[in-house]
Amino acid sequence: MKEIFKLNINGKSYVVNADPERTLLDVLREDLRLTGTKRGCDIGLCGTCTVLIDGKPKRSCIVKVSSLSESRIETIEGLSRDGKLHPIQQAFIDCGAIQCGFCTPGMVLTAKAFLDKNPTPSREEIRKALAANLCRCTGYQQIVDAIELAAKRISGAKI
Amino acid sequence: MVIRVDAREKVTGEARYADDLKFDRMIYAVPLYSAHPSALILSIDTKPAKDMEGVVDVITADDIPGKKRVGTVIHDHDVMAGDRVRYMGDVVAMVAAETQEIAREAAKRIFVQYEPLKPVLTPADALAKNAACVHSGCHDNIASSYKVRHGDVKKGFAKSVNIIEREFGTTFVEHAYMEPESCTAIRNPDGSVTVYGGMQHPFTTRKFVAWASGLPLNRVQIIQSTLGGGFGGKDDTISMICARAALLALRTGRPVKITYTREESVRESYKRHPFHFKYKVGVDKKGKFQAMRIDMTADSGAYCATSPFVIWRPTVQCTGPYIVPNVRCDTRAVYTNNTFTGAMRGFGSPQVNFAIESMIDVVAHEIGADPVALRKKNFFTQGCTTHTGQKFNQHKVSINEVVDRTLDAFGWKKKYRLCSKGNMNEDGIYYGVGMACSYRGVSLGAEGNDFCAAIVNIQPDGSMILEVGVAENGQGLKTAMTHILATEFGVDHSRIRFMDTDTSSITDSCPTVASRGTLVGGNAVLDAVKKIKDQMKPVLKELIGVSKKGYHFKNGYIINAGEPRKKIRFEDAVAACHNKKMYLYALGVFQGPPVHWKEETGQGDAYFTYVYGCQAAELTVDAKTGKVSVKKVVAAHEVGKAINPQMAVGQIIGGVAMGLGFALKEQIIHKDGVIQNMNFDKYRIPTATEVPEIEAILVENPDPAGPWGAKALGEPTNELMGAAVANAIYNATGIRFTEVPITPEKIRNALIVI
Repeated sequence: MKEIFKLNINGKSYVVNADPERTLLDVLREDLRLTGTKRGCDIGLCGTCTVLIDGKPKRSCIVKVSSLSESRIETIEGLSRDGKLHPIQQAFIDCGAIQCGFCTPGMVLTAKAFLDKNPTPSREEIRKALAANLCRCTGYQQIVDAIELAAKRISGAKI
Repeated sequence: MVIRVDAREKVTGEARYADDLKFDRMIYAVPLYSAHPSALILSIDTKPAKDMEGVVDVITADDIPGKKRVGTVIHDHDVMAGDRVRYMGDVVAMVAAETQEIAREAAKRIFVQYEPLKPVLTPADALAKNAACVHSGCHDNIASSYKVRHGDVKKGFAKSVNIIEREFGTTFVEHAYMEPESCTAIRNPDGSVTVYGGMQHPFTTRKFVAWASGLPLNRVQIIQSTLGGGFGGKDDTISMICARAALLALRTGRPVKITYTREESVRESYKRHPFHFKYKVGVDKKGKFQAMRIDMTADSGAYCATSPFVIWRPTVQCTGPYIVPNVRCDTRAVYTNNTFTGAMRGFGSPQVNFAIESMIDVVAHEIGADPVALRKKNFFTQGCTTHTGQKFNQHKVSINEVVDRTLDAFGWKKKYRLCSKGNMNEDGIYYGVGMACSYRGVSLGAEGNDFCAAIVNIQPDGSMILEVGVAENGQGLKTAMTHILATEFGVDHSRIRFMDTDTSSITDSCPTVASRGTLVGGNAVLDAVKKIKDQMKPVLKELIGVSKKGYHFKNGYIINAGEPRKKIRFEDAVAACHNKKMYLYALGVFQGPPVHWKEETGQGDAYFTYVYGCQAAELTVDAKTGKVSVKKVVAAHEVGKAINPQMAVGQIIGGVAMGLGFALKEQIIHKDGVIQNMNFDKYRIPTATEVPEIEAILVENPDPAGPWGAKALGEPTNELMGAAVANAIYNATGIRFTEVPITPEKIRNALIVI
């Protein structure tokens, strides 16, 4: 049976009519056409569908739409503001951290949640934060470079 | 610094991958797979599925209007299985419905009656006398075979004081591109069909769709969506999927989308070939190789697919970068009822290099030589003749250079002395380092028809449209081509728009495989540039005069090189040409230099140029858990010329990381023909914490065959970790592992035996 759910995504309010068991990923991609969030495994392991729920990285492929009524959801579409990239996005470009790009939205959002918590991380801490996001192209190193650079730029901007 | 032209769209989530497309009235199709690895199909009852509400169409092999069997080399692969299934990934029927959920439910209602046959599960079984044939009409299970006959191995072994024999093995490996297969097919009003999809090579797809639909090539249009990874894996299978989508779209008149789950992707798509190698190496008293006798058998699985290419390359490269005067090599790919196998980053080279570079260390150990010194004594030299009879005098033989650069940066001498060599420390930890090196033929070689086209179309305002017949697979091809074009005309990248590959616009340029994209695409762009510049000359003469030195194209200006103050803005020159009724439009063409191969003897100039690489790994082995921790990797690759150094470095790091998976953990496990690990819970690829910091070194020796001297890089980076890691584990534990992946379990078991 379908029900009405109100979702707060990227600061905007959305109303969806969906089965309570429907995953957030299906709602984002199929119902709302927010296709920046990717589908890679449907079992919560590859990290391509990562979104932020109340600031924490979550696998949208295993989150049910019915669990989100009070939550603040952030997807890759909400990260840049007025055409200006988030420093993490800019650093991914500058460091060559993108190849096929399919893991990129999930990586960027995981990095954002991580840097919000730990603004001056070591490379090892960055690697640990990324351990559940798979990338088959880059070997991760330039992604680690990017997050390190973004951390410097963000903390520099705050000073 | 060169910035990726598609970086912004990818980092904002705006890039459109195949599954991101949605069309009005679109329906969704799903496959029904075989229930057996080998069986006869007695009957298929699709009626219960067709009767379900929301189902639009159900098709089986009987509904294919064109060729029912297709394939890259041999047409042995059923678009849908009609009378027989040969592996668990064979598609028996396709169901199209209003939603994917309905289609999946309906597929369950199709009733297929099978008569199971005894499956052929290993190449050894397949080659046994009286083995059942996987393909009827064949007299054996050999899908493809090659050989090399060079010198006289009997005499070579007679001259040897040491003769060493070993066997090596590799297993099925999954490409594990992050994006599962997806495409959407649309019937056009004129009866033609357009397919959008994530494929590496739209022109392979076009052939498959044309064959299956019975349409001529001009009525099949393939447009590549942004590709979420390929690594060789998005060619045959996605082309088959596109063909089925096209058939359904042509029948129903509605856009048909097929997007696979990870399980469907792993079940149906081809894997890297498992190889079994037998090496026999003869060394004379000076430590020079005198003879090699090599035998290779690869599991082709149910279909031939690209097996001929995948076994030909390791045949050509079977000695490694060493001069061996007497070589006999026999290679075959064998049909079984396992998942079929095909191209995966390297085309057989990760496998053969694991064998040969492990073997060199074995030989060094057996004869009491230093492994690096033994290599250096036998390396190819400038002007040498290889075991295929090719004289290496057209390119710079840089094997010594890559090895020295790697080992110097790695600190090899000191670290090699510190290896545990079987003696663990007090904490139960072994320490070891290992290295491996290779040479590699660039592009398709003598087994392929090597040519490529590019279209440069300069608009009246000086902006440009660029199309190239090779495709962006995530490797950065759009950027490299854009950078070459922009630099040649002295304009900014922003002036160029690179169009996604559309088979109805650009011409068939052979597959984007074999690390050939930069070389063939770049050369085609340069040819188009030259044609346009030639066309502009009379107009430039009028505008800024002429000199013997020609013109410089720089910073948005065209400058008379003899009188530099005479110059004109690029767009003004373009406008002037336009006013003279000129189209600044050119089809640039690259035709590969001549290569040849004699099948009977395996002799010939197999490739027109070669690259060289070396990788070294430093690791520890935990005696208790068997866990290997890789601490550092240094990789030097000779690339001719790096068009975009940052992305070239990215290729090396990514290739090494994937190579670590091949060496240490990745294996698709078949049990009675059924894959046991179809998702990332059981098929684990290297993670950010398992991949160490990697030092990438670009060695540049510009090659006359390449654009600006560029050669190849994607695959060479992925072909050395198997042996480097195995050699490091040997130098740590004293145990020689001859099969990858070298899992903790294998290490624990081996350490217990000691």
